[in-house]
Amino acid sequence: MEIQTTEYKRCTVVRTSGRIDGSNAHELSQALKNITSKGIMNIVFDMSEVNFMASAGWWALIDTQKTCKPTGELVLSGIDKGIKESLNLVGMGTYFNVFDDLTGAVANF
Amino acid sequence: MATKRFSCSLKNLEEICDYVTHCAKEAGLNESEVYAVQLAVDEATTNIVEHGYGEECPERIDITCDVLKDGLKVVIYDDAAPFTPETVPEPDTKISLDEMKPRGLGLYLIHKMMDEVHYESTPNKGNTLTMIKHHAK
Repeated sequence: MEIQTTEYKRCTVVRTSGRIDGSNAHELSQALKNITSKGIMNIVFDMSEVNFMASAGWWALIDTQKTCKPTGELVLSGIDKGIKESLNLVGMGTYFNVFDDLTGAVANF
Repeated sequence: MATKRFSCSLKNLEEICDYVTHCAKEAGLNESEVYAVQLAVDEATTNIVEHGYGEECPERIDITCDVLKDGLKVVIYDDAAPFTPETVPEPDTKISLDEMKPRGLGLYLIHKMMDEVHYESTPNKGNTLTMIKHHAK
């Protein structure tokens, strides 16, 4: 799994592509921990190239959100329709601010 | 009916997903329904590897797809320790973020994503998880 991070003045953007499942969610989790361990708590996860997300991936994001709040926040952008539907169906959509595109997500901070 | 055998490894999740995606499309499911099948099967097979066998191993995970008149039936067979769904608490998704614990979400998702879910375990057949997704009405 290739994970790119880009640091901006007010937030850091994390980007990956393809599937996030039980085989690779730990890599996402570690990448996010590397960011929060530096004291960066404003994070955008750009999901525009992610086409599948199992519960293992959601746990990585929930863990990160727990760390970021209340100092900062992890927000999501460009979520695939199926992923968003599954997230909302289990009531976990309320834990994240979701933006249609990356520009809006970065501007949030 | 087509059955495909996979070894017990999280590395096979993508191949398993490709297989059920093909079946779901053949059954005429729409985009949202195909995703629901992908997610339910992924969560089920992840649970078999992580909680059933407890490790990656050469044991089988057999997946059978059956195109129905009104949707798709997916049956997953494995020989891991029997599983008691009743012992897994349903996650409370209305609680605060701090209280969220990573337990039971996979099973909860399976039930939410699919229209019918049946589980049985017998000594000679092993564990059988049957899941059905109907077309949108």
